[in-house]
Amino acid sequence: MTDNSVANNPTATTFKLVAVVVGMFGFGFALVPLYDLICDVTGLNGKTGDQYTVINEQVIDEKRVVKVQFLTNNNAGMPWEFRPVVRTMEVTPGELNLTNFYVHNPSDMAITAQAIPSVTPFRAARYLHKTECFCFEQQELQAGESLDMPLRFIVDASLPENVTTLTLSYTIFDISDQLAAN
Amino acid sequence: MSAVIEQHHDDDHHHGPAKGLLRWVFTTNHKDIGTMYLWFSFAMFLLGGSFALVIRAELFQPGLQIVQPEFFNQMTTMHGLIMVFGAVMPAFVGLANWLVPMMIGAPDMALPRMNNYSFWILPFAFTMLASTLFMEGGAPNFGWTFYAPLSTEYGPPSTTFFIFAVHLMGISSIMGSINVVVTILNMRAPGMTLMRMPLFVWTWLITAYLLIAVMPVLAGVVTMMLMDIHFGTAFFNAGGGGDPVLFQHVFWFFGHPEVYIMILPAFGVVSAIIPTFARKRLFGYASMVYATASIAFLSFIVWAHHMFTVGMPLAGELYFMYATMLIAVPTGVKVFNWVATMWKGSMTFETPMLFAIAFVVLFTIGGLSGLMLAIAPADFQYHDTYFVVAHFHYVLVPGSVFSIMAAVYFWIPKWTGNMYDETLGKVHFWLSFVGVNVLFFPQHFIGLAGMPRRVPDYALQFADYNMVSSVGAFIFGFSQLLFLFIVVKCVFGGKKATAQVWEGAHGLEWTIPSPAPYHTFSTPPKIDMTEAHG
Repeated sequence: MTDNSVANNPTATTFKLVAVVVGMFGFGFALVPLYDLICDVTGLNGKTGDQYTVINEQVIDEKRVVKVQFLTNNNAGMPWEFRPVVRTMEVTPGELNLTNFYVHNPSDMAITAQAIPSVTPFRAARYLHKTECFCFEQQELQAGESLDMPLRFIVDASLPENVTTLTLSYTIFDISDQLAAN
Repeated sequence: MSAVIEQHHDDDHHHGPAKGLLRWVFTTNHKDIGTMYLWFSFAMFLLGGSFALVIRAELFQPGLQIVQPEFFNQMTTMHGLIMVFGAVMPAFVGLANWLVPMMIGAPDMALPRMNNYSFWILPFAFTMLASTLFMEGGAPNFGWTFYAPLSTEYGPPSTTFFIFAVHLMGISSIMGSINVVVTILNMRAPGMTLMRMPLFVWTWLITAYLLIAVMPVLAGVVTMMLMDIHFGTAFFNAGGGGDPVLFQHVFWFFGHPEVYIMILPAFGVVSAIIPTFARKRLFGYASMVYATASIAFLSFIVWAHHMFTVGMPLAGELYFMYATMLIAVPTGVKVFNWVATMWKGSMTFETPMLFAIAFVVLFTIGGLSGLMLAIAPADFQYHDTYFVVAHFHYVLVPGSVFSIMAAVYFWIPKWTGNMYDETLGKVHFWLSFVGVNVLFFPQHFIGLAGMPRRVPDYALQFADYNMVSSVGAFIFGFSQLLFLFIVVKCVFGGKKATAQVWEGAHGLEWTIPSPAPYHTFSTPPKIDMTEAHG
């Protein structure tokens, strides 16, 4: 602060600043995996984890009943009929449950779809374990074809006490164009 | 190469500006480039302003009168983009070009050729952006924030041109800010220590760092959009494994520092003007520097307060709420210092001072409505309403724009050698002041009552305030033509200005003759140790 001499190396300063620019451009892209990582770790945005394998025997909490609601949405332009076979289940934490989602392709062409899950309340997202889910893979239905897609899940027994209802929502996307582009 | 530079160097020193129009194309003189930036930004101000008048004309009454909703959306988008990137930012870069070298006793900017490029990119960028209005499918219509997937999946074909225009603007402002930082760090006259620099230089140094840090992130986010649109990636497409909310995070990581980029140099301008007309030294110089730096730091860690309604965990809402409110502390320090500078000063009220005082008062109103918006639970009510529109227009129009006008009135005698017409200046001030308040104050009320932003039509109960607001818009808009007239008149004549211009003015730029010679401080000035930061 009391230094009277002025640094006099404009080239060095310029290159340092250019390095910052390049670094920050990279940082913008680094935010993408970083964001996914944070969402995975914290369950932010209601993102559920990948396929769950039961390592230890689950603790089964017979005293509790948790209501699980299923919601389905079609992304804009997606013509499929898409609905849960049952809309609400009452499950015991720790137990493995099975339910089905019905899809039907009423259009006159084959369509490939991807379903994206989301859980509310968000803080419950990481207590919902899916051992099998149609959302882990893409579905292709021929024109007029229908299908019951299975979902197997466990609600973790360590789910916070004050969560009594979970809502699992799926949005289904038409990804045929994207697959064609790649 | 070096021979060419040598030659040019000689030219610069033995002659004035080159003759003819090509002078402006090839110039590397900081004063020429500053002038071009200022004229360019004024042209963009009028263009963006005319879009705003289309919006306000349509909203004069409920129902659709003048334009179709599709075109209305293009107007809101283009108004925002042009005002932010075309008017406010280049105006401050123009001021930096003119003033930073003169204030620190440097002969020119450190990288004069790059300075020329960074200006000349802008006309191309904005021609490209404006040309989208005439393209099939129209101009971008998704708001200046261009949220995905609205912009990536539902935007018009011209979105690609918009992306390239943003790339160009980004490159221009990155080059401009590198230039400012290198100039300030390397070219100060002996004795001009960092803590003796005028606050305008300080605020620009910090602004330039912000720009260097966040403009590349903006470039990154539009590049991701480009890839989503044309190359089949899915950064923001949930169906492909991306996330639309990610767009908002990356955008606002750029966007929040961006709003401070548009206000910090304004703080510097006001900190130069108020002491001059209060005939007192600036109160709390060091605290001003630290407050500016704190605001800049905080701007990086509060971005998600723009997205309270996307569905964040409670902890996130609380964190972003408190961090945002923290910004009120350094900002409060600044407002306090400006008021304390005026306290018991021998004040006179020339036009620049009027604009500066209006800045302090009206910017504070905008800051306080910002605090209201920072309250996460209340924000669910305010989000995407006219209350937000009122808030950011209060900080940007009587904030940034008033400070730019104050700066022009304050320094134009130094630039042209002539005094502007004081009477007309005061008329311009009062028309702008009344106009801007009539325009934006009622928007607080209609926003709180629930009128959403970016709509061409609205429910009947909002009619009266919208009509008042539109009247204010036309008063404010047309009074800027008076500003144009005053500036042109001053360029071509007027009472000759002295070197010091203002009785209370201190600082290196006031030691050189008016108008400032084409080349100043070819040999570094001696800094008067007793007179720090005028």
